[in-house]
Formats: sequence, structure tokens, C-alpha cells
Amino acid sequence: MKPRTKRLTVVLAALAAAGVAVTLIINAFRSNLVFFFTPSQIAADEAPRNRAFRVGGLVEKGSVHRDGTTVHFTVTDTAKSVAVTYEGILPDLFREGKGVVAQGRLETDGVFHASEVLAKHDENYMPPEAADALKRARSGQPDSTATLIVAQPGAKSPVGAAAGKAQ
Amino acid sequence: MIPEIGNFALMVATAVAVVLGTLPIIGAARGNVRWMELARPAARVLFLLVVVASSCLVASFLHDDFSDVYVANNSTHALPLPYKLAAFWGGHEGSMLLWLQILSFWIFAVSIFSAHLPREMVARILGVMGLVALGFLLFIILTSDPFDRLLPAAAEGNDLNPLLQDPGMVVHPPMLYMGYVGFSVAFAFAIAALLGGNLDATWARWSRPWTTVAWTFLTIGICMGGAWAYYTLGWGGWWFWDPVENASFMPWLAGTALMHSLAVTEKRGGFKVWTVLLAIFAFSLSLLGTFLVRSGVLTSVHAFASDPRRGVFILLFLATVIGGSLALFAWRAPKVGLGERFEMISRESMLLTNNVLFLAAAACVLLGTLYPLILDALGLGKISVGPPYFDTVFVPLMAPALFLMGLGPLARWRKANLPEIAARLKWAFAVSVICAVVVPLVEGRWSPLVALGILLAAWIFGTSVVNLWSRVRPGAGGELRAKLAALPRGYVGMLVAHVGVAVFVVGVTLVKGYEVEKDVRMDVGDTVAVGPYTAKFDGTTEGEGPNYAYLRGQFEILKGEHLVRTMHPEKHQFNARNEPMTDAAIAPGITGDLYISLGEAVSQTAWVVRVYYKPFIDWIWCGCLLMAAGGVLALSDRRYRLAQRRATSSDVTEAGAASGA
Repeated sequence: MKPRTKRLTVVLAALAAAGVAVTLIINAFRSNLVFFFTPSQIAADEAPRNRAFRVGGLVEKGSVHRDGTTVHFTVTDTAKSVAVTYEGILPDLFREGKGVVAQGRLETDGVFHASEVLAKHDENYMPPEAADALKRARSGQPDSTATLIVAQPGAKSPVGAAAGKAQ
Repeated sequence: MIPEIGNFALMVATAVAVVLGTLPIIGAARGNVRWMELARPAARVLFLLVVVASSCLVASFLHDDFSDVYVANNSTHALPLPYKLAAFWGGHEGSMLLWLQILSFWIFAVSIFSAHLPREMVARILGVMGLVALGFLLFIILTSDPFDRLLPAAAEGNDLNPLLQDPGMVVHPPMLYMGYVGFSVAFAFAIAALLGGNLDATWARWSRPWTTVAWTFLTIGICMGGAWAYYTLGWGGWWFWDPVENASFMPWLAGTALMHSLAVTEKRGGFKVWTVLLAIFAFSLSLLGTFLVRSGVLTSVHAFASDPRRGVFILLFLATVIGGSLALFAWRAPKVGLGERFEMISRESMLLTNNVLFLAAAACVLLGTLYPLILDALGLGKISVGPPYFDTVFVPLMAPALFLMGLGPLARWRKANLPEIAARLKWAFAVSVICAVVVPLVEGRWSPLVALGILLAAWIFGTSVVNLWSRVRPGAGGELRAKLAALPRGYVGMLVAHVGVAVFVVGVTLVKGYEVEKDVRMDVGDTVAVGPYTAKFDGTTEGEGPNYAYLRGQFEILKGEHLVRTMHPEKHQFNARNEPMTDAAIAPGITGDLYISLGEAVSQTAWVVRVYYKPFIDWIWCGCLLMAAGGVLALSDRRYRLAQRRATSSDVTEAGAASGA
């Protein structure tokens, strides 16, 4: 081969390799994107059934119960709520009435099976996704927040604080 | 009074930084010797002033001065002394001051160890670093002053974040920052070279040790971060591809590439433009990391800051530094020249390939870290990128890099002969293949990823041995021992660091492949089998620590019928913040750790407990420490000491020739 053809081959091979690499990376990236949905969106059937996503909001007061190592609780954005089950140990800062983000899949029974539960590392800190869910629920359906607070007097202060923080 | 002195010192330091950042650079451009000579004294004064400010903050912590907002937010009377010191960088304002303190330390160090550099070069380097310091000083004074007063003073402080009350956390941030900020020296060297328009082997020789120091610190810092997560977060992971970890990992990838590229520039005069670009990347990624961690844009442990002014300031600063240096690069790089040519198969081409792979890896991490933030900032929705993305991308990118790591050091510069290398490495390859087949079988379960990991680790180790053997083989020209002693430290450092990578890869591969994680409900007397052990739960007791109450579990660990040890995982409840914390009990071992932590109480006596077996996890830290040790060895190389000594005997001809314009 002449030096020029040789160089051209090398350049083309490098370009091809780069192309394949970029394709693979973009593919891996797309298939691992985890979208976020609020309980209201899940209630409106906007969430996907066959892929993992995140749901965020508050852990509804009095909803946590345990059965062996499985935990059941309800995540609410004050308008709608979704039942969640999780197998394993919850983070230290997981509390009723506090913000939480769960990642997992929505199964056909309508229950969200979480593979991971995140509660953040500060007592007063609200995971942004959870704060966002509350904010959206509040701006979309102003009445429902009031209903929830009336229905659950205990939940009033965290909801107020969280929503205030989000704005 | 003390906080006011600190504040005043910072203001004076700002004025000094203005002088340092302008006059010497202008002087270098105009040939004004007096202005250039200002650089060293100004650098030293700047350092002293920042030391005064830091000392004031330390004093305020030691005095429990809760009239200082920052102290009140991050300490209590009861906080143990080492944590009062660590509380210095436990929050946003203090960690910015730490950044500045370390930057001024590096500036000071350059002003001391630059006797052998020509005057223009020193003026430009210190000037550029002065400008960076100015940016951080303004940031601290305008948006995050650690000396703000709280009037009336609080009676009791809010305590340090419990997660940070860990011995590792006392040392981790300074180490990490030494690394991050250390790249500012390489950056300043690169900018100085661009300004001067001359870049050659001597330039590379000067900036190499600085880069190696920074890289060594960063390696230790990241390793400690992983170890901290493993020992303190209480759920047994050591790397989560959390944006904060990525923020420290990206500069490491770019810095590793830079270190190797500098080697080529020094030895062969090649890769010049590429080296400069990498120096800019490494420091820009350090700044970006600071922005990510400090501006509060992340959903993460480290996001203490929530003031948007800070974010905007750092973003503007970032845009100025990166934009400015890239513009300068585009303008001046053609003057620097590409450097020596090399063949398609040569040590240069292999190093270049590895460089590209490292940068590609850094780019992938950047994509996964920034994309969710950008989408969120544009209001296009909230997403997150899962760890599987990073895992999927890293294996194919790093596998060829690790393979080339074995070949590169044995290949010749400029033009290498593949058949010759193959002949030298056939045994190393055979041994690697055997290891790749045998190790997974011994561990009990065959998996292609484990085989690949072991293959590459054994390959790196084997080729390093071949490499060493070819240098010290007894026979012509001296004894084995004499030859070993005569090996250049830089070369030994390279081998040690590469073996460190092999050890690290073994650790990661085996942990990923064979870890056992059991979350089980255990009542008093229950047992669970994990790895080679059986754990028996004996119940819990209560007690009081210095600033927390604890519940301590007791577990008997049996191997077969024999009691090997007892383990005591704890739950802490911190008094000031009323926050719970899990303190895991870990029994370390060369072939694996047993990891027990208390989850939640499910009845009066029963708990959900994590019982994990982590095979070879300590090899991960060991590998990192070996890499760092390699850095230290390379730094002790004779030629740096020689250069220093030559310079003090006023031999600056070589230096003068290098500075050019």
C-alpha cells in the first residue's frame, strides 16, 4: 500500500470505530434513562408499564406496614397516591410524612415495585423530585391539597414546608 | 473579633490577588523586569493572608464561637475535637475557603520551587494562578462568607452533619481538593506556555512533577471517598456513579491522560498541543466538579448550598476560565506546533489511543452527569441516568485501555515491531488466559465479565513482570541487585502504579461477580449463612456516645463450628439534629469482608439486618494506594532533584532557551 492509502485506511477505520462506539454509548444511555413521574401522572395512566421509572412525593402518614422484609407504603403528591412495595431495608431518613423518591416498575396490579428507595441525608431536605411532584399537584389541583390537609391534620406541616421550599 | 480579622484578611488578599493576577503577566508581555519580580512576593503574601483567614475560622470552631453563622451551623460544644477541625470543611462556605487555602498553598509552593524557571515563565504561571485565586476570593466574599455573624449568638450549635462525623471525612476533602486544585498548576503552566508561545521538552519536564503530585492526591482522595461510602453510609456500596463522585472522577480521567501525554512531550517532544489541551480539560473539569458539588444543582448528599447567586457566580467563573483558555488555545496553539512524528505502531500511538479512551470515558461520565441537569434546567422534565449506563459504557472503553496498558510500556518509541512484542509477551498472555479460566472456576461460578476482568488484571501484572525482568535480567552488565537499585524511580513508579491498576481490577471484578447481599429478618438467636461464615444474632444493648445515643447489636460469627469473632453494628441517634445514622460493623480480610449493619427494628427484639459478604473488596483500596505509591515513587525520581540542584547553581541557559518570547 502507498503511504497515502495506508493513512486513509487508518483514518476510515478510526472513524468507523468512533461511530460504532458513539452508537453503543447513545444506546446504553437511552436504555438507562430513568424518567420521573408523579403519583398524579401515574393515576392518569401516563407512566410506562414495561420500564423502570421514578416516583416521588411524601410517604403518606400511617401507610407504612411491614411484612417480613417487605415494606408497603403509599407515596402521595397530596392529590393522588400510589401504593409501593419494597423488599429490603429503607434508608435511615425514610419517615412517614417526609419526602421520598422510589425507583422501580409499575406492575399490572397497580402497585409500584421499588428496587431502590431514596430519602435524602438531611432532616429538612426534600428530594427535588418529591418537591416538584408536590408543587405540580398543588398548582394543577389547588383544591385537593386542602382536602388532604383537612383529611390528615398531621400531614399539614410537612406538606406546607415542602411546598414552600419548592417555590 | 476573630471572625472580623478573618474577613479583613480575605479582603486584603483580594487586593493582593489583583496585583498578582495583572502586573506580572503584563510585565512578562512588555519585558518589565520589576513587574515580573512582583510575582513571588505577592504569591507569598497571598498565601500568608489566606492562612490568617483559615486560622481565624479554626479558632472560631475551637472556641465554640456560635456568633459565627457558619460555626453555629456546623458544630456543637459536644463535638469531639477532630470533628471540630473537620467541621471547617463540613459546609459550603468552609469548603470554599479550603479550596482557596489549598490553591494559595500551591501558589506558594510554585513560588518556592521555581528557582530553575525563567523569570517570564514564573511571572505568567503565578499570575494565572493569582487570577484563579481572585475568582475564588470574590466568590467567598460576595456569596459565601464563612465569617458572617449571627446576632444574637446561638446558645448551642446545630452540629456537624452526622455522615461527616467519620475519621475518613477528616482527611478526604483536603486530599481531594489537593488533587483538584493541584491541576491548577498544570493549567497555569499550559496557559503560560501558550502566552509565551513556546512549549518543549523542558516545559514538560517542569510541569510533570506538579501534575503527578496533583494526580496522586486526587487518587488517594477518590479512594478515601469510596472507602468512606463503604464504611459510613451503611449499605455496603463503594461507588454509586453519584454526580458528586463523577465530579471527582472526571478530572482524574483527564489528569491520568495528561500525565501520560506529558511523558511523551518530555521524552519525545510529541503531543504538544494535545498536552496543553488536556491540561486545560483537567482543570476545567475540576472547576466543573466544584460547580456541580457546590452550587446545589444536584440531588445529593453534598448539596449543602441552595443559594442561586452562588450557582450563577460559579457558572460565570467557569465560562470565563474555560472559554478564555480555549480561546487562547485556538489563537496560540498553531504557534506551539504539533511535535515529533511517529509511526502507526509505536509507544506514542498506544499512549495516544489510551489517552483518547480515557477522554472518551470522561466524556461519557460528563454526558451522564450533565444531561439530567440540563434537561431539568430547561424545564424538559426530570430524569436520572442509572448506574447501569456507566457500567455498560465503562467496560468496553476500559478493556482495550487495560490491554494496551500491558503493551505500551514494552513498545518502542516512534516505531515498534508487533511480532517482536508478541514473542516477548506470549508467556504473559498464556498465564493471563489460564488465570481467567481458573479463577472463576475456583470462586465457584463462571461468568464472562469475571473472566475478562481477571484476564486483563493478570495481563497487566504479567507484562509488568516481563518488563521488569527484561531490565534486570542477570548476565551481561552486572548483578540483579545492582540493576534493581539502578532502575530509575520514574520507571519503578510506573510499574507500581500499573500493578495497582491490576490489583484494583481484581477487586472490582470479584466484588461485582461474587458478592453476597442478604437483607434478613433476625430475632435473637437466629442465624444466617453468608460466604464462608455464619452470623448469629445475640440481641441489642443501648448506650450514650459523646453527642449521640446508640443501639448496639451483637453478632457471633462462626466459621464451621468455631467462633471466629463477635461484631457490633450500631445505630446512632444524633442529639442536636435528631438524625439517625447507621454504623456498620466490618470484619476485613484479604479474601473478603464480612459486613453487618442494622436496618430497622421490626418487633421488640427482631431486626431487619444487612449481612453482606464482599470478596476482595479491600483490593480496591489497595490498588488505589499502589497507584498513589507509584506517583510518589515517580516524584522521587533522580532527574527532578538534579534539575533542582542544577538550577540553584545558577544554570539557567536551558531554561532561558525554553522560555522563548
